[in-house]
Order: sequence, then structure tokens, then C-alpha cells
Amino acid sequence: MKNVRSYGPAIVIFVGGLAIWELVVRLFNIQGFILPAPTAILSAFAAEAPTLWRAGLATFVSAVSGLAVGATGGVLAGMAASRFTLIREGAMPLAIAANSTPIIVLAPVANAWFGLTSPIGTVVVVAVLVFFPVMINLVRGLLSAEAQELELMASYAATRGTVLRKLRLPGALPYFFSAMKIASALALIGAIIKEYFGGPQERLGQYITLKAGLFQFEEAWAAILLASAFGIGMYGLILFVERKAMPWHVSVRS
Amino acid sequence: MTSTISLDNVSMVFGSGIDAVKALESIDLDVQPGEFVSLIGPSGCGKSTMLRVIGDLISPSAGTPQVNGKSPHQARLDRDYGMVFQSATLLDWRTVLENVALPLEIMGIDRPERDAVGRKMLELVQLDGFASHYPWQLSGGMQQRVSIARALSFQPSILLMDEPFGALDEMTRERMQMELLRIWEETETTVLFVTHSIAEAVFLSTRVIVMSPRPGRIVDRIDVDLPQPRGFDTREHQRFFELITRVREALRAIEDEPA
Ligand SMILES: Nc1ncnc2c1ncn2[C@@H]1O[C@H](COP(=O)(O)OP(=O)(O)OP(=O)(O)O)[C@@H](O)[C@H]1O
Ligand SMILES: [Mg+2]
Repeated sequence: MKNVRSYGPAIVIFVGGLAIWELVVRLFNIQGFILPAPTAILSAFAAEAPTLWRAGLATFVSAVSGLAVGATGGVLAGMAASRFTLIREGAMPLAIAANSTPIIVLAPVANAWFGLTSPIGTVVVVAVLVFFPVMINLVRGLLSAEAQELELMASYAATRGTVLRKLRLPGALPYFFSAMKIASALALIGAIIKEYFGGPQERLGQYITLKAGLFQFEEAWAAILLASAFGIGMYGLILFVERKAMPWHVSVRS
Repeated sequence: MTSTISLDNVSMVFGSGIDAVKALESIDLDVQPGEFVSLIGPSGCGKSTMLRVIGDLISPSAGTPQVNGKSPHQARLDRDYGMVFQSATLLDWRTVLENVALPLEIMGIDRPERDAVGRKMLELVQLDGFASHYPWQLSGGMQQRVSIARALSFQPSILLMDEPFGALDEMTRERMQMELLRIWEETETTVLFVTHSIAEAVFLSTRVIVMSPRPGRIVDRIDVDLPQPRGFDTREHQRFFELITRVREALRAIEDEPA
């Protein structure tokens, strides 16, 4: 039972943390708008479950759609940039610069572009957000093939396409998955923050701002909890696919 | 008969200005079909560079290399070369069998056939039990044997081998030498073989080329007139020791030369 042992400490700290949280809130009689007790959040969660679930799912779908669009774009752009020196030299500095700007500030602007009630705005913000880290990592990955490996392929008179498929793309997989881990977190953050600024109703971001405005912080925290669960779920899924896709890699070897 | 490999006044300079390194200078070499030629010389004398020029991985600064009567470039496109590099260069994400079958896969040979050939090659290097292992599960010497199996898998007419047995223990090394000789005889491959071992060069080759460093030049060519096929007796042959002495003296002469 290697799993139980390796997750054991985390579970103890998690449960212990919750217990201390509950205790502190009760002992010092902390007000709900500052920090509600875990049990209060849990009961809010139970009461609001259907609404929360609908909102959470809608937000999650936007985040995943944006992630899919942005990552696909990032992969294609990365392949183009690694293939053509001109594109690389022109686009890479810009991509790196863009990647270090807070793109999320686009969120309010997106409403002006796509209309307040359109779900497209969220998808676009998320896509733009994840595009750059995916592109940059993919370029690094595709260019990580070693000189000797390229010479080996050359000695078989492998075409450019063959080198891409059999050497560069498999070699870029670890880079791609690191990018996807960053991107999946960004996607959810991006989607929720975008929703803070409006957009269709019954979304996590809307729900959180609404409930916070009404001083119903138990509900707001329940939504935050759900968002974390989606985030962890997405991350876990990427880890799972990574393990399946590259059992050979150092990070995965058993 | 056209030479399998012919170098006519080939020079190679890396870099320029004061940083320029003359890796090869005025190299003339003719290798006939079916020859087994070893290159020996001190580290940095241009042995790997010579192999890379012949294999069209780099272009010489001057001179004309020819391979099977063609340019090295054409020979590479025709897949005349099987290369074994100084390091094994296996692809991490491929199993041992998939690594061995890589050239066949690139040539468009279908799965059942390339698997069959790959397994036969693995038997040859005595790694048949490791077909579905990954490279990181193998020792350095085993990895190098995989890379040799890979180079042999598509039966190239020329083998360019850069210290292929450097990482092997003495016993494995001798067995691999015998295997290589057997393959060489059976397939009429032409071999250009880089080694640091005088005994290995003499034992394997029909000719030993001795090189000097900076600039890399051929300083001696020694015909190895030991009887074929080579075997255990070869190493006890009087002539074997004479030839080893001959190569050793050629190498020592380089060291004594004023730089
Ligand atoms: N790509 C390169 N760029 C610059 N210099 C190089 C390059 N490749 C080789 N050289 C130089 O050319 C010379 C010959 O190198 P080479 O690798 O051919 O030597 P070698 O005989 O194979 O040595 P060893 O026995 O150590 O493998 C060396 O001085 C090396 O520094
Ligand atoms: Mg070398």
C-alpha cells in the first residue's frame, strides 16, 4: 500500500488543518464574513448544491474549452516557431514578453468585445491566457533534440516530417505536460476572474461576487471550495494522461 | 573497381581566426569494397571528424570525399551508411526493440517484418531478453550493443563505427569483436572503425591508419596480413605481436615529434 503511505501525511495535515480552523473560528468567535467555519461552509454547500453544481460545471466547461483552444493554438504556433527561424526570432521575444504580462486584465475588456452575456468572452480570455506558456514550452521542447540524435536521424536520411514525428515531438512531450499543468491552473483562474466582471449568469465567478456582496460568505466559500476541487481534478487528469503518455520519462519511472 | 570510400586531399577546419582548429589536413584515403579499416590516434586527432565527413554529417572545408562513386550526400540519401556513435544515442521513449527497428521504421518497412529483424539483431548482440525494456533500464555497455544492433538492422553497405566497444568489458568486447567479424564476412560490408586499442585495431582490421593530432594527418598505413578468418589463434600469432609493435611505434613516433 504505497499510496496510502505517500498520501498519509497530506491527509493528516489536511484534516488537522480543518480541525484547527474550526476550533479557531469557534474559540475566538470569528465572524462569518471574515472566515466561516468549515462546518458552516459544508452546510452551505449542501444547501446550495444544485445551483453550485450548475454554476461550477458551466465555469468548468468554459475553462476547459478555453484551455483546449489556447493549447491547440499554442502547440501549432510552437511548431511553426520551431520550424521557421524567422518566425521564432520574430515571435518568441514577443511571446515571452506577453507571457510575463498580466493578461487577465483583459477580462473586463472582453465583455466589450463579445457582449456581456456571451460565453465566448470567457473562452477567449482563457485561450489567450494559456496560449503563451504552451507555445513557449513547446518551442523549447521541440528544440531540445540533441545534436547527436539529429545526426542519427540524418544518417537514415529521415525527412523533416519524420524527424518531427519520431524525434522532436516525443522529445517535447515532457515540456508539453509541464506547460499543461501551468495552463490548467491558469485556465480556471482566468475563467473565474473573467466571470467576476460579468458574463452569463449561474457561473462560479458571478456566484462568488454575488454572495460576497450579500455578505453570505459561507456560500462564497463553498463556491471557492468547488473551484478548488475542479482545479485539483483537472490537474490530476493531466498527471494521469502524462503517466500514460510517457512511461519512459524520469518523472514517471516507477 | 570504384573505391567504397575515397578521400582526396580532404581538410576540415573548425572555426576561424585565432580560434580555428585544423581537425583534418590533406587526408588521402582509399578504402576498397569489403575492407576493414581502423583509425587510431591520440584523442582529438580528428577520427570522429573524418567519420562525420564521410557520413555527410559535416562538409569538409576542402577536398573531395566520394562514397561508392557518389557524393557522401547522395550515399546518405541512398542509406549506404550504418553509424555507431561514440555514445549510444538511444531514444528514451522507445523500447530496446523499437530503437533497433528505428531505421527500418523510417524506411517504411511494416511492423511484423521490422520486429522480426529487430529481434534477430538483438539475439546477435545477446540482448534478446531485453526487447521491451527501456534504454534507462540498461547498462552503458548494453546500450551500446543496442546501438550496434540498430546500425546493422538495415544491412548498410558501409559501417562507420566510432569507438563502438569503448564502453564494454573485456569479455563482452572480445565476443562483440568476433560477432562484428562474422557479420563483416557474411555481409561483405565495408567497415571504417575508430578505436583507441592497438590490439583491437590489429585483430579486426585488414588495414590500420595511424593519425597525428593538430593538424589531423595520416602518418602511417599498416597492412594487416594476418590470415582470415580471425579467431582465437590470431591473438597468439607471432605476426599479431609484430604488427602491434609496429602500430605502437608509429603512435610513439607522433609523441616524439616536436609540436
Ligand atoms: N563541431 C566542432 N566545432 C569545433 N571544433 C570541433 C568540432 N568537432 C571537433 N572539433 C575539434 O576538432 C578536433 C578533432 O575532433 P574529433 O572529435 O574528430 O577528435 P577524435 O579523434 O575523435 O578524438 P577522440 O578520440 O577523443 O574521440 C578537436 O580538436 C576538436 O576540438
Ligand atoms: Mg572521437
